[in-house]
Amino acid sequence: MTKSIDQEILYVEKKALNLRRHVLRMAEIVGQGYVGQGLGIADLLAALYFREMDYNPKRLDWPKRDRFVLSTGHYSIGLYAALAEAGVFPIEELDTYGADGTRLEMSGSEFTPGFEMTGGSLGHGLSQAIGMALGIRLDGYSSRVFNLLSDGELQEGSTWEAVMSAAHYKLDRLYAFVDCNNQQADGPPASVLGIEPVRDKWEAFGWHAQRIDGNNVEAILHALDVAKDVKGKPHAIILDTLMGRGVSAFETREKNHFIRVESDEWELARLQLEQSAL
Amino acid sequence: MSSTTLNAHRGVTANILASAPVGTRPTSLAPFGHALIAAAEMNPRVVGLTADLGKYTDIHLFAQRFPERFFQVGMAEQNLIGIAAGLSRSGYIPFATTYCVFATRRAYDFIAIGVALGKANVKIIAGLPGLTTGYGGTHQGIEDLALMRSIPNLVVIDPCDATELRQAVAAIADYDGPVYMRLLRAQVPIVLDPATYQFKIGAAVCLRPGNDVGIISTGLMTERALDAADALKQEGIDAAVLHVPTIKPFDHEAVCEFADSVKVVLTAENHIMTGGLGSAVADTLMQYRIYKPLTKIGIPDQFIECGSVPHLQARYGLNAEDIARTARRELGIPVSELTGDVLRTVSVA
Repeated sequence: MTKSIDQEILYVEKKALNLRRHVLRMAEIVGQGYVGQGLGIADLLAALYFREMDYNPKRLDWPKRDRFVLSTGHYSIGLYAALAEAGVFPIEELDTYGADGTRLEMSGSEFTPGFEMTGGSLGHGLSQAIGMALGIRLDGYSSRVFNLLSDGELQEGSTWEAVMSAAHYKLDRLYAFVDCNNQQADGPPASVLGIEPVRDKWEAFGWHAQRIDGNNVEAILHALDVAKDVKGKPHAIILDTLMGRGVSAFETREKNHFIRVESDEWELARLQLEQSAL
Repeated sequence: MSSTTLNAHRGVTANILASAPVGTRPTSLAPFGHALIAAAEMNPRVVGLTADLGKYTDIHLFAQRFPERFFQVGMAEQNLIGIAAGLSRSGYIPFATTYCVFATRRAYDFIAIGVALGKANVKIIAGLPGLTTGYGGTHQGIEDLALMRSIPNLVVIDPCDATELRQAVAAIADYDGPVYMRLLRAQVPIVLDPATYQFKIGAAVCLRPGNDVGIISTGLMTERALDAADALKQEGIDAAVLHVPTIKPFDHEAVCEFADSVKVVLTAENHIMTGGLGSAVADTLMQYRIYKPLTKIGIPDQFIECGSVPHLQARYGLNAEDIARTARRELGIPVSELTGDVLRTVSVA
């Protein structure tokens, strides 16, 4: 039976909460990490992995699968959470996050099941997503490719090489999500190297572009539905997100690109997360 | 000297399209383009890409034959390699062409991380290797082998001629993994006999046996090594030639066996003498305790100016007579015994 849109929103929100729980579980073990990004992007990943994408967690090489392409390797903590929740690997494996010899490295790579490529060196993901989409089109499949970039990644020149070419090839089954969490390694992009107006830039490069609250599941699902009806152009969905979303102690930190958390703070973090869902 | 006389003795920097062969052997037109078409006819997963250098890398022939399997990405080499990697992840076998300088200098990270790290099945075909263009440092790929050889997982090939180029295209299309191959384009000499020669990834081939001097060569320098061996033979010097088309993985066994059988070893490459074939040979011989005198022939550690290709190759000592002269010197043959032909002065800046 088809779910109503309200049911879908509730379902995805519940999944997003689970992903945030997994993120805290991983981060607590190593005591630090890209917790802010993992929490901030949970709503998008929940929307993609638990409503939007057509894939089989037990057959990751299915050629007709929709693909999620992670450019930003340090967001891996979020993707591990989604993949574990989806059943790609056991949830218990999350406890190996960042440990020596683990499959779940701090900056993830294609050697982890469910990773389509190796991100982390920024400015690679969109080009590879384009290549995947061109191959899919040659094969005559209707699969889609979803790429996640960060706002800071817009400073990489190669990103714009890719943006230009995707529009040229009219790849309307390609989606680029730009996570504008307003933090990069040296501070907010406006103080590092200004990137705005982001939506105007993508539109000027020939994309169909939307800008939404990236922590609002309803807005994400709606944007995906809108994009589906636009033909002949690739789709940019720019997400304004809050780093550390769901844990107020992390949301309010001034510098949360890479968070170090004292051992006695985790209980509070978990408590705040559960309260945020009430 | 009047300007007319001066011009009569000067070569000129030619159009970049002209990478005219220096030798006298017969040539084959656009062997890469034709070989890629043949590979694509055999295997529907073969696709082609270029970064605004279709005509200049002979892949325009493929584009004409298979327009739906060809992707023009414009002047964007990082994106070229990234898209190629993505195509390989959709199960295709992309051949991506540009020049050596642009592939290796501009897209290094994309080759290392996007392609090599996970062994993506991407073939990078790179034109204007070494001194095959009259344009200067911007276009001469003088250090690409050193850069590519240092990337784990990558196969690195410097083919000698049209015969080898054709065979190598077929071989790398069949090989499941990342490859960087230098390209010889337009009219390419035929040095190796297509009826008998057999290219194999990772295998060096002894083209000429001999006991006095052993010339280990790669790429277009193998043609010159063979010519040098012929000249030396006329003088009673027994020169052997080992052709090493694959720089990585390196055929340590063949190189050791070859070096062990001669008195002195020369290496000859269309590349700077840092980090390329000569360095690979030196590494191997030291590692396997083969202690033979070793002399490198190649481009010096400097950026090279613009000039006509024959002028540059002569000025920087890449011709057969330069190899022969070095062989005599290393064998300790006094200069007074040299013939007039050999005494031709080559000034190296």
